[in-house]
Amino acid sequence: MKRGLIPFAIFLVVVGFLFKGLFLDPREVPSPLVGKPTPQFSLPRLDNPATIFSPKEMLGKVWLFNVWASWCGACRDEHPILVELAKTGFVPVIGMDYKDTRPEAQQWLDQGGNPYNLVAVDADGRVGIEYGVYGVPETYVIDKAGMIAYKQIGPVTYDALRDKIIPLVKRLQAQ
Amino acid sequence: MIPEIGHFSLILALLVSLILGSFPIIGAARGNAVWMGLAKPLASVQFILIAFAFLCLVYAFAFMDYSVLYVANNSNSKLPLQFRIAAVWGGHEGSLLLWSLILSIWTVAVSLFSKHLPDDMRARILGVMGLISVGFLLFMLMASNPFERLIPAALDGRDLNPLLQDPGMIFHPPMLYMGYVGFSVAFAFSIAALLGGQLDAAWARWSRPWTILAWIFLTVGIMAGSNWAYYELGWGGWWFWDAVENASFMPWLVGTALIHSLAVTEKRGSFKAWTVLLAICAFSLSLLGTFLVRSGVLTSVHAFATDPRRGIFILAFLVIVIGGSLLLFAWRASTVGRGGKFDVVSRESFLLANNVLLAVAAMSVLLGTLYPLFLDALNLGKISVGPPYFDAVFAPLMAPAIFLMGVGPIARWKDASLPGMAMRLRWAFGISLATAVILPLMLGNFTPMIGLGLFLAFWVFASSAELVYQRLAKSDLPLMGRIKANSRSWWGMVIAHLGIAVFVLGLTIVKGFESEIAVKMLPGDVAHLAGYDFTFDGVVDHKGPNYEASHGQIHVTKNGVLRTILEPEKRLYTVTNMPMTEAGISPHLIHDLYASLGEPLEGGAWSVRIYHKPMVEWVWFGCLMMAFGGFLALTDKRYRLKRRAPSKAANSSKAAKI
Repeated sequence: MKRGLIPFAIFLVVVGFLFKGLFLDPREVPSPLVGKPTPQFSLPRLDNPATIFSPKEMLGKVWLFNVWASWCGACRDEHPILVELAKTGFVPVIGMDYKDTRPEAQQWLDQGGNPYNLVAVDADGRVGIEYGVYGVPETYVIDKAGMIAYKQIGPVTYDALRDKIIPLVKRLQAQ
Repeated sequence: MIPEIGHFSLILALLVSLILGSFPIIGAARGNAVWMGLAKPLASVQFILIAFAFLCLVYAFAFMDYSVLYVANNSNSKLPLQFRIAAVWGGHEGSLLLWSLILSIWTVAVSLFSKHLPDDMRARILGVMGLISVGFLLFMLMASNPFERLIPAALDGRDLNPLLQDPGMIFHPPMLYMGYVGFSVAFAFSIAALLGGQLDAAWARWSRPWTILAWIFLTVGIMAGSNWAYYELGWGGWWFWDAVENASFMPWLVGTALIHSLAVTEKRGSFKAWTVLLAICAFSLSLLGTFLVRSGVLTSVHAFATDPRRGIFILAFLVIVIGGSLLLFAWRASTVGRGGKFDVVSRESFLLANNVLLAVAAMSVLLGTLYPLFLDALNLGKISVGPPYFDAVFAPLMAPAIFLMGVGPIARWKDASLPGMAMRLRWAFGISLATAVILPLMLGNFTPMIGLGLFLAFWVFASSAELVYQRLAKSDLPLMGRIKANSRSWWGMVIAHLGIAVFVLGLTIVKGFESEIAVKMLPGDVAHLAGYDFTFDGVVDHKGPNYEASHGQIHVTKNGVLRTILEPEKRLYTVTNMPMTEAGISPHLIHDLYASLGEPLEGGAWSVRIYHKPMVEWVWFGCLMMAFGGFLALTDKRYRLKRRAPSKAANSSKAAKI
């Protein structure tokens, strides 16, 4: 009888973990970059390739850094949300066009609206590597000191905006 | 109206399964023949009701009823008919309905092909299957109703995930589910035996063909899934140790152990408790697989649904089914006799060792699959366990198991002589060792892993050859007669074992000698790989029913002679806006040539990945051989005997104890 209970005991332990697991979000991947300074880069701008954008320019402001591409399906989901957010002027959004071509990126913005204060072009994806981009889209909240405060993997949803990003930005802006 | 009828039919099915799960089992305990007799007709009624509900859902998909939420979420008017029908099981709710349907098919099959079973045994088996059905129907009706309406109706559907729009989708899930759910039969047999206290050789003989049949389906299902991943994902890989693949692989490993353990229980009356435990585990792992896929506890390319409410329901169900049966096992297994004695060197001990290795392998896969969850639950951080873990753990466990495959069939039951076996196998050992060293050196790449893989493959070939030779040589009959003198289940075993050897050979060669390049190609550019010249002819745009495609063409030459033309494609599915790659593959016995299109680059150039995959087809061919071996065993004479008198059960159990 006692020996026969071993499989049951093992099973109970597994169930305990599975139960706990139900309330965890496996998609919530903490970025090693959260709490660290933004990786520096200099990239040409989409509207004017001759001008260069660098995150240093944003020091002193809280801003969103959104990595997107015209070939990315999920970006289409979040795009209207970003456009609405931009209309409020609540927080500047800098885009980074990731592994994309200029004409296609420009066409995308012409069609869907341009929520970005400016867009930097990372044509070969090298800066994306610095930021540890898993997949497009990804959005970073960066504070006044140029530190990464939060990383949203996947599209920015209304829920994420309301529950996480906007409260966080407000808090950071107040600092 | 049709969806409501389907919904109603499911409710009726739930009521029927409640009766099926209670009256026959109580009747068996009390010896009430009328209550026991209910099981058979109820199994048929349950099947008809669920099949009807399933057809209602098929109808809603086929005739594009977008007022049904599930249809609107998983289909689209531009989706071709065959995929609209396969889309029935493209999402969570429909997969569950398919699960229930298949369970009811197995239940009916058991009720029809169990004339030789004692009445109480049959009533208990069907009752247990009815109880499982209750759980799934309840879950469907409470938390995952496929017939839920969407008001107002959608104008058009959101389309099936493009990854699933493939002929593989039509066959892979039903096959896999036939395997998963098929283990419920062995499970029900075990629970019935524990309830009735009748664990003997007859029980093992009855549950054996059902287990083998489920195992065949699972083998083919996993194979089809792996083959699908190979050409659909466009990475040239065919097994990713993804959580959902593992979920199907664990029951396969335990099911394989179960088949062998059942053989010992039938022939020698040993391992009874162990066999019962394996039967419980095989089905428990199938259920766990369902939980892992459906609850969103783990992320995976396969996970569609994330809804904690559903997760809690399935978990509760798991606790009742698995926990309950393990408690029953703890309570009753100690009363089971130990069966025939055997020596340390005997076929029994080799099979036991094989069993333990397979079970440990399944547990290590389970550990690897759940490890990220364990760490996360203990707040120790998030990690992902990848192929390196599985490769490192799996090879050392499987190597001895495969080595034993050569030894086991030659060993005698009860006690075998080690020196005698060594004598018989010395040639097989020598040949496989020599091949393992010489062949890689000839092919120009020797690593210990390649050597080991080749040794094991040729060890199984050579020892099987020795086994067959010994059996066929000692007879005066003509060859066909000698072949027929051995039972089909024996031949089935030989072929299934050779299938493993073919699989290991393919695996070793493709892992050891594959090569790939990623190049940027303009039309007219030539890339070189493995002695072949790949000329990129360019890309032509064309329109599919629900996608836009860039259709590439690459012609492959060797020394100026045209060998084959590869046609990789890049598709954009317009409804979901998801890009998909369709690899261009030229399959061949010796090697596959494989090309997939990456992203378009400036100036009409494309990034193209080209793979040379030697003997990769052997991997799947080996799986088919295993399944065919199972099929042969299934057609063995002794399973075709109809109407076995119940008293025979007692006889054979006595015989087994001698």
